[in-house]
Amino acid sequence: MVMHIDSLNRKLFRDLWRIKGQALAISMVMACGIALMISSFGTVTVLEESMNAFYDRTRFADVFATLKRAPDSLKEDIERIPGVSIVETRVIAAVNLDLPNMAEPATGQLISLPERGTPLLNDVIILNGRYPSSQRPSEIVVTDAFASAHGMTVGDSFKAIINGNKRSLEIVGLGMTPEYIYALGPGSLMPDDRRFGVMWMGRKALAAAFDLDGAFNSVTMALQLGASEEEVIRRLDVLLEPYGGVGSYAREDQLSNFFLVNEITQLRTSGAVFPPVFLLVAAFLLNVVVSRIVATEREQIGLFKAFGYNDLEVGWIYLKLVLILVFVGLGMGIALGMWMGGGMITMYTTYYKFPLLDLGIDPGVFTSAAVISLIAGMVGGLGAVRQAAKLSPAVAMAPPVPTSYKAGPLSRFFAQFTISQPTRMIFRHVTRFPVRASLTIIGVAFSVALMIMSLFFLDSVERVIEVYFFQAERQTLTVSFVEPRPATVEQEIQHLPGVIQTQPTRGVAVRLRNGHLSDRKSIIGIVPGADLNRLLDSEQKIIEPPPGGLALSKHIAKDLNLKLGDLVTVEVLQERRPVEQIPIVRLVEEYLGFQAYMHIDAVNRLMREGPTVTGIHVMVDSRYADDLYATLKDTPGVAGIAQQTATLASFRETMDNTMNVMIGFYVALASLIAFGVAYNAARIALSERSRALASLRVLGFTREEVTYILLGELGILTLISLPVGCLLGYSMALAMSPMLATDLYNFPFVIESSTYGWSVVVVCVSAVLCGVITRRRVFGLDLVSALKTRE
Amino acid sequence: MPDGVQDGTRLTETFRAEGITKVYETGGLRVEALRGVDLTLYEGELVVLLGPSGSGKSTLLNILGGLDLPTAGQLFFKDLELTACSAHDLTMYRRDHVGFVFQFYNLIPSLTARENVALVTEIAEDPMSASEALEMVGLEHRLDHFPSQLSGGEQQRVAIARAIAKRPDVLLCDEPTGALDSKTGIVVLEALDRANRELGTTTALITHNAGIKDMSERVIRFADGQIISVDENPVKKAPQELTW
Repeated sequence: MVMHIDSLNRKLFRDLWRIKGQALAISMVMACGIALMISSFGTVTVLEESMNAFYDRTRFADVFATLKRAPDSLKEDIERIPGVSIVETRVIAAVNLDLPNMAEPATGQLISLPERGTPLLNDVIILNGRYPSSQRPSEIVVTDAFASAHGMTVGDSFKAIINGNKRSLEIVGLGMTPEYIYALGPGSLMPDDRRFGVMWMGRKALAAAFDLDGAFNSVTMALQLGASEEEVIRRLDVLLEPYGGVGSYAREDQLSNFFLVNEITQLRTSGAVFPPVFLLVAAFLLNVVVSRIVATEREQIGLFKAFGYNDLEVGWIYLKLVLILVFVGLGMGIALGMWMGGGMITMYTTYYKFPLLDLGIDPGVFTSAAVISLIAGMVGGLGAVRQAAKLSPAVAMAPPVPTSYKAGPLSRFFAQFTISQPTRMIFRHVTRFPVRASLTIIGVAFSVALMIMSLFFLDSVERVIEVYFFQAERQTLTVSFVEPRPATVEQEIQHLPGVIQTQPTRGVAVRLRNGHLSDRKSIIGIVPGADLNRLLDSEQKIIEPPPGGLALSKHIAKDLNLKLGDLVTVEVLQERRPVEQIPIVRLVEEYLGFQAYMHIDAVNRLMREGPTVTGIHVMVDSRYADDLYATLKDTPGVAGIAQQTATLASFRETMDNTMNVMIGFYVALASLIAFGVAYNAARIALSERSRALASLRVLGFTREEVTYILLGELGILTLISLPVGCLLGYSMALAMSPMLATDLYNFPFVIESSTYGWSVVVVCVSAVLCGVITRRRVFGLDLVSALKTRE
Repeated sequence: MPDGVQDGTRLTETFRAEGITKVYETGGLRVEALRGVDLTLYEGELVVLLGPSGSGKSTLLNILGGLDLPTAGQLFFKDLELTACSAHDLTMYRRDHVGFVFQFYNLIPSLTARENVALVTEIAEDPMSASEALEMVGLEHRLDHFPSQLSGGEQQRVAIARAIAKRPDVLLCDEPTGALDSKTGIVVLEALDRANRELGTTTALITHNAGIKDMSERVIRFADGQIISVDENPVKKAPQELTW
């Protein structure tokens, strides 16, 4: 018995060696699915655990609020809100920075540190150096990311315009905070550590600089377990309203946390969507290959049974083959997945500034990967294995009947045309095995679709950039003010060096409410005939600010369950805090930063103010840009300068670093699937038909003519799969685009023709490549032995 | 028959083989399949090659058919030196001059009888029509049947029709009746005999079945890679008269 098992195992390994190319292709497709699963879920685990650990360690707050100014005594009232466990009041301020190595301005977010001890909430982890001394008002802690972006470290200093005064700040410590893991500056779409930095200063020093002695303008709080967040927020808003509160919000709406959680969710989605597809393709390939092996080994199977092996023993021979392919795929997938996961985590450390744990071996993920790949293996292989086990020895030993063909309707249709016999052979073979042909088509089509879906992201982002940066927001920069200013400030800006054109804007923080649904947003006041910052409809035509109502982003309308013509309750969260019912007169398709828009005069009327602005959009002559920056840096009352070009550059850079890596990876996977499917189809066709092809060679057909018969079929299937794949890719992208939308971005559904083109080209190249490889095998056909053997 | 004279007429040579040697070397193992074979085949004759397995007759047939090249020696088909041909020249030689019939028919299962024959007529220079060829083998009523719908004997006759449709100069048959019962075998041999007579095709037929030798003009016996005897058959029998 031992002898038998040994020789059967030897046979198994020789069979495997014979089909090594196909075996590798199957295992690799399977490995891709496993790798995606392991890297996605592994990274999700790392991000989640690291986030929770960091939040716990730094006591990240549950509720946040900003206001104008409230006396310290209000803190006790806040503490009395039921469900609140810790309250911390702070002073925060946005300042313009004057950095030695930058002509253009940068923005700093100053946050106060308690005079004694560490913050109760949102602790700053000091990586290097120390906390500022209460004796020295110029000492600050800055984020590690900001310092390294400027090549600064502990002991270095730089200047900032604090409440109109230029002051020198000395770095005494480098830190990390849970509030700015994803450090978005004002008006930015992507983190930019050069233009935006978070810095901490002693409470007394910061309060003194902004005339907030004995007062605060920021509250953070932790809640007791089981407390109602909504109720706490409602009560806090009531308390803060007289002090200029602009609406408090929960952790889930905290910007940095929002991005991090959103990223984790997206990663989890892609980890659940893609791997099953790869595993299905692998299962299909496995089925085709093992079925073929069983078919060619009929006589051997008959022989085993004649020797006295039972059905189970015979089935086990082929089941082992399936299992080996599954385990090789699983092993490669785990290795690849760990490697990819490591790369993804490194990528995340560039954008998310918090200590990330190592990608560990997660037994849960590994076990599910193993179970899922085994299921895929069984789905694909079991049918063929059963075929082998059930084969009766007498049938197996008898010479096989030629594959039966019938003249179907298709073949009668083709009979009208004069087509050569080789071409007829191709068509007959395709139509004889419609299931297999369809599966091959689906497999190749899927790789086309995967390519289209990956490249669709780029098309979509390019459209966003085109519309947002080149059609909607055409200003060079936007100057925003600390306080609303009289509209006449526009003339002052017009006289600054390099200013070509200006446009005023008025932003107001509001809560939009429809019944129980509400959302904190801004209403942006727009001037008619605006040329720099324009409101566009979905066809990129300019929308004039509606005189009698609100133009609302479709995204917000959907969230608040509002439609055109509805009245929306607008609760202004600043100054006199008016509340009004305003009709929605227009819905706007926006890709980035969803807002509500009104005529600027209507905003001023709403606020019961004369002509007022909160910012000026400016188009700048680039030759004088540095002079303008220098002037603006020293201008009191300027809260920040948002530069479109810098925003675009960091947007593009982020896309290059993150998206392109992922897309490159998906393109590689798509090519691999196309190759795997096509190669298997070609090899199976060759194996089934080598005798027929050798006969043709003997009859005087040239190698090229014979290759045509073999690869013509592959060509036809590939050709059919291209439009199918384009359609599938179109549908998948269409389904995908709303799934990717967040509260900040919308992925427009755009597929450029070049995306179809590239997808088709890459898949065709894969198919041609495997054609070339198979062609070498056709050329090497042994004519003499083909004649001697029967099928 | 080295002088090539029969009934006082000088016959035209189809093949002339001189010192044909074929050595297979696989993994250090050296097998001499043919050891210096000299042979001439004449136009229009039907010869039977007899001999045990491994005696070299199939190897010789493959070399005559341009499927393989000898290790040493010279082989001429009429004026064409096959031993000096490239692989492509050999393909063209097969296409234009040779008809093959195999033991296992080697029909294309996806093509009907007519289409299997058309496979060859489409690439030949001066072929007969597919239906004509099938009529010669008595299958004019089975034109549109696929191989799976035909009996073994019918399949072999389709194979013969396919081989003769191009009006080949030579017809090479390797155990054409090997997979058939005697009654069916005779029908197949009749088809071969008719092609040989009506088209004047030089025909070489390998068989294990000594009974078949009676329908030939010459019987060539092989052993150990060499020709051990060449016998003329004075009384050529019709296939129907054969028994085995």
